[in-house]
Formats: sequence, structure tokens, C-alpha cells
Amino acid sequence: MPVVQVKNLSKIFGKNSKKATRLLDEGLSKDEILKKTGNTVGVNRASFDVEEGEIFVIMGLSGSGKSTLVRLVNRLIEPTEGSVLIDGKDLATMDSKSLREVRREKLSMVFQRFGLFPHRTVLENAEFGLEVQGMDKEERKKKAQKSLELVGLGDYVNQYPGQLSGGMQQRVGLARALANDPEVLLMDEAFSALDPLIRKEMQDELLELQESMKKTILFITHDLDEALRIGDRIALMKDGRIVQIGTPEEILVNPANDYVEKFVQDVDRSKVLTAENIMKRPETVDIEKHGPRTALERMRKEGLSSIYVTDAKRRLYGYVTADDVSEATKEEVKDLKDILRTEVPKVDKTTSMHEIFNIIHDTAVPIAVMEDEKLVGIIVRGAVIAALAGNEVNINGIDS
Amino acid sequence: MELIPKLPVAEWISDATDWLTDTFEFLFDFVKNDFGDFIEFFAESLLMQIPIWLFIAVVAVLAFFVSKKRIGLPVFVIFGLWFIQNQELWEELMNTFTLVIFASLISVIIGVPFGIWMAKNKVVETLLTPVLDFMQTMPAFVYLIPAVAFFSIGMVPGVFASVIFATPPTVRFTNLGIRQVSHELIEASDAFGTTGAQKLFKVQLPMAKKTIMAGINQTVMLALSMVVIASMIGAKGLGQTVITGLQRADVGTGFVAGLGIVILAIIIDRFTQNLNTQRGDQS
Ligand SMILES: Nc1ncnc2c1ncn2[C@@H]1O[C@H](COP(=O)(O)OP(=O)(O)O)[C@@H](O)[C@H]1O
Ligand SMILES: [Mg+2]
Repeated sequence: MPVVQVKNLSKIFGKNSKKATRLLDEGLSKDEILKKTGNTVGVNRASFDVEEGEIFVIMGLSGSGKSTLVRLVNRLIEPTEGSVLIDGKDLATMDSKSLREVRREKLSMVFQRFGLFPHRTVLENAEFGLEVQGMDKEERKKKAQKSLELVGLGDYVNQYPGQLSGGMQQRVGLARALANDPEVLLMDEAFSALDPLIRKEMQDELLELQESMKKTILFITHDLDEALRIGDRIALMKDGRIVQIGTPEEILVNPANDYVEKFVQDVDRSKVLTAENIMKRPETVDIEKHGPRTALERMRKEGLSSIYVTDAKRRLYGYVTADDVSEATKEEVKDLKDILRTEVPKVDKTTSMHEIFNIIHDTAVPIAVMEDEKLVGIIVRGAVIAALAGNEVNINGIDS
Repeated sequence: MELIPKLPVAEWISDATDWLTDTFEFLFDFVKNDFGDFIEFFAESLLMQIPIWLFIAVVAVLAFFVSKKRIGLPVFVIFGLWFIQNQELWEELMNTFTLVIFASLISVIIGVPFGIWMAKNKVVETLLTPVLDFMQTMPAFVYLIPAVAFFSIGMVPGVFASVIFATPPTVRFTNLGIRQVSHELIEASDAFGTTGAQKLFKVQLPMAKKTIMAGINQTVMLALSMVVIASMIGAKGLGQTVITGLQRADVGTGFVAGLGIVILAIIIDRFTQNLNTQRGDQS
């Protein structure tokens, strides 16, 4: 039996939703209903099942009803029509006590803006769900600690959320959700507020965790790349309706209608892809701290033929090549400045794939991706070609 | 205009007050006597029995820690309290302090629950807001009249009038503080299956603490501002000295007692403000 079953679920915001519901059943669109009744359709007769251990992604543009849908699943929002079944039990007919129990034991949520309690430490945040269940202090501390270690925050238990970076805060959010050991994780744009590189890191981590946890995950995103990357199945939403459900391949190869096709075409043409989408984390050496020896060692270890030189603030100075560096170590040159090459192929992080394609032909070193004079990533030739070929893995850059 | 005779509003209010006085006489008498005794006991048998030097020392040490080990506030406490003692106003100070403490405590005990109720219920908010406005804009003198009717004269009616005047900020700020908690945090709390009480005590109140404390600070200051007015119906303390100065056209006496009130106000204000730090604040 599917863990989550959503049947004909609708939500209409505003007064006098009766009339709007009738119009909805007659098949009128969101716009028409807004014009006729003044009510906003949040979700329009959505139906889907989520199987155990699956990552089910709901994807759509902003305003398409994703947040509303996920909040209907744990009944933070009351549905206008339809039903949600968790383990076969209908949420809509539950009294508030049973509903609380389901929320405590079966469903945990991760929020877009993290939703952490600023007055509680990282550990106390992670404990929250267990504390609410009435678990005793020692036990819940142990569990929360374990959960924090799982997301790599074992050393930060006594910090407050305000002291952590965005990526770390969302790890706390994830740890808090996992501490409950829920059956279903609801993640509403959980990574959308993070920087692109951190976002990618978090996606990787989630996939890694999922290998061992095998949770049922309902993951919301507006980002097709993210959806393709982590979804076992994807539901595409538009104006409150689900327009297609399928595996990433099915959606890419057999778009159900024009709307989906347009989405997917953008990916294939890679016009929407920018330097940011295909860059990877740069290996660098610090011009003030490091000499040729460190540079050489690093290049050897990573198998590179050149490496970028920055300062501690990631301002880009240039690059050094492996040949120059090994020469320098022989001749006892101590300073990287003496062998620095400053003719660097640079692009801004918003540069389109198209332009990058033209540049990458003429350059031997990876392209430096810049943001406000700072080096934020590099692009290697393979990544560009792979992305243009339109294959899923490469849309998200290659991890070498 | 002439068609409608003067409405007997004043009579209605008076009748209502008389009715209240008669009907709840046993209650008012109890409060007047037993609570009055307790206040007197607190001021005269507790506060005034503490040796003055010890009292000053303890407050100064508390000030040192409360102001995060800075030296300014303790120095002010020592000089300020020494000055009041030097002017032979120590008993008056203790009485005033007692009046402010009781009025503030009662205001907070009444105000916070009402603030919570207001925050949780839209209808209550709509009904209470004009009442609070009314309580604060009505000249404070007016509260002396029912206070005397219910409790005759002394400390108790003084506390009563002060409570009416000083409670609104606590109610308002409690309501505001709870309503300010972001929607996402309320959702997070609900999503983890909190009961109403769990949400209140684990999320809403801790997060509203700073705002509520700001309201309490205002309440204490308003209670202090009632000191002179309350002394007109027999509440003992620095206020009485001010009134005496007024009656005898003795500027000096009035001014010195007024200065005593200012010193007390500054100390109380700094104490309540410095106590108001929240866990997890970035500073
Ligand atoms: N509380 C609300 N009251 C009225 N309309 C709302 C409310 N929440 C969402 N909506 C409307 O419902 C639609 C779907 O919103 P939402 O679920 O937040 O979309 P998404 O998460 O996909 O960006 C939007 O048109 C939005 O304006
Ligand atoms: Mg949303």
C-alpha cells in the first residue's frame, strides 16, 4: 500500500468557496474561477500516490500550488475537497488528537526558510519533535545528538541557529525532522534558499542519507534541475493542477503536453543554463600562504595541470601551471607571484551556456566563474559538452 | 438638541458603583483588611527592618550583575539611595517601593493572561483594544473615585488605581509579542504536533519574551507615575511628601521627594531593561 495517498484533493482560498468548488468540478480553470468568484484556487483536484522509500518530487513554477499541496498532506491547511491517506488512514476525518499523533510520529517537515527556533540551541531545536512527544530528557538528547551527527553537525550542538550559515541551518532543520524517525519527510523547497553550490552539496547529502534511511520523501521544488536530480518520480504542477507524473526520463522524453514540453525544451536547449549551473568547486592555492610546493602537491593529488591562485577573500590573481611549478621548485623559487599567469578566461556566474561554449574552445585552462570579483567556481570543457548533450547527470555539472 | 434631555450618565455610573460596593462588600472588605495588612507588613516589618547599609549594598551588587558587570549602575545606586537616606526619606522610599512592586506584580499577573487571550482570539482582541485605549487615556485621577468607594483610603485603593492605569501596556505588548512570532515558526510548531499549550510555552511565549518585558517595563514606569496621585487618597510614601510640599507651598521639600522618585524610577527602569535579554540573540 502506498504510504501517502492523495485523492482528488482541492483547496480553494477565500469566502464562498461552495460556488467555486462547483465551478472547479465543472472543469473551469484557476483564472476563470478567480474572475467569476474572486476565490483563489490553491490546489485543483490533485491525485497521486507516494510509495514507501520513494523520493516523490512536486515541481512547478511559483504560485502553482506546491506549498499548499504539501500543507494539505499534513493538514496544516484544511482541504476544501478530497482526501489524504497516510498508511491508509484518512487525515481529513481525524479529530485533533489523532491528527497530532500522526504529525508527531509519521510526518516531519523541513521548511524553505528553515523554520528554526532562534531561542533554542541547535540541540534543543533537533530535540523539539521528541520533546513534544513527551520523551524524557536523556533519551531525546541522545537521539537528537545522533541525528545532528548524521548531518555533520555533531560539533555545533550548543550554538544558536543565528550563528550558523544557511546551509548549516537547513542541516539542523533536516536533523530536527529526522530525529523523530518519521515515515514521511515533507520538504517544501528545502534547498531553494541556499547558494547554488551549497544546494548541490545538500542534494548529494540527501541522496546519500536516503541510501541508508529509505524514507518516503515528498520533495517540493521550483527547480527542474533539482527535480531531475533527486526525484524517483516527478509530478509537474501548473495552476493548482498536476499535469504530468512520471520518472525523470519519462518527463524528458515524453512530455505530456505543451506546458511540460516547454519546461523540458529549455533544459535541452540549455538556454536557461548559466555558468552557475555547470560550475564546480574550484581547487585553489592562497597567494599569501602557499608556495610552489603546496601548489604542486595539490595538483598532483587532484590530477590537475593548472591551479587557480586567489587570496583569502577568494579574489582571483591568476593561475599557475604544473610545468612552471615543478620548474620553480627545482630552482628554489619561493613565491607564486614569480610564475603567475594572469591571462585568465573569466565569465560572470550569470553568463549563458551559449557564450561559454564559444570561450571554452580557445582556452587550455578551466574557465573561472566570477561573482563580484571573487572566484566562485570553475568550468571544465567536459561539463559544457555534456550539458549541451542534454543528459541529466551533466545538467548538474560533473563531479570528478 | 433640546429634544433630548441631559442623559443621566453620571447617575448611572454612580448607581453601578454603589451597587458594586454593596454587593461585593465582603470581598472589598477582605481585600481592604487582609491585603492591606499584608502590604503594611511587607513595607514595615520586612523592608524597613533591613539595615539601610545592607539594603543599599545588596541592591548595588545586584545592579553590578544585572548590568553585566559594568560599574555605572551600582555607583548610581549607591549615591542615589544614600542621598534619599540622607534626606530622611527612607521610610517613604520603602512605602513607595512597596506600592510600585504590588501594583506592577498584580498588573503583570492580570495583564499577561489577557494578552495571551487577545493574541489567540481575534474577537477578544477587537473587544479589548478600545477598552485598553480607554483605560490609558482616562485621566488617572478618575480612578481614585471608585478606588475610594471600594476600599476607602490607604495603600490598597492606591494599588487598585495604579493597577488599572498600569496594566494596559503589559496586555498590549504580550498580545503584540505573540502575534509577531513568524507564521513559519507557528507552522513548524504545528507540523511537529504541538498542543495549544505546548505551542504557547515552547514557542510563542519564549519568542515574545523580549516584547513582553518591554511592556512590563512600561507598566512599572506607569505604576511609578501613579505614586503622587495615589498619595492623594492616603497611599504612604514619597508621593505624600510631594503633596505636603504642595500644601505648604514648600518648593524644597517637594523637589527633594520628587528627586527621590526619579532616582527610584531610574534604578527600576535600568533593572527591568537589563533583565530583558533573550537567548539566541545576535549581538
Ligand atoms: N493563505 C492564502 N490565502 C489566499 N491565497 C493563497 C494562500 N496561500 C496561497 N494562496 C494562493 O494559492 C496559490 C498557490 O500558492 P502556493 O501553494 O504558495 O504556491 P507555490 O508554493 O507553488 O509557490 C497562489 O495563487 C497563492 O496566491
Ligand atoms: Mg511555495
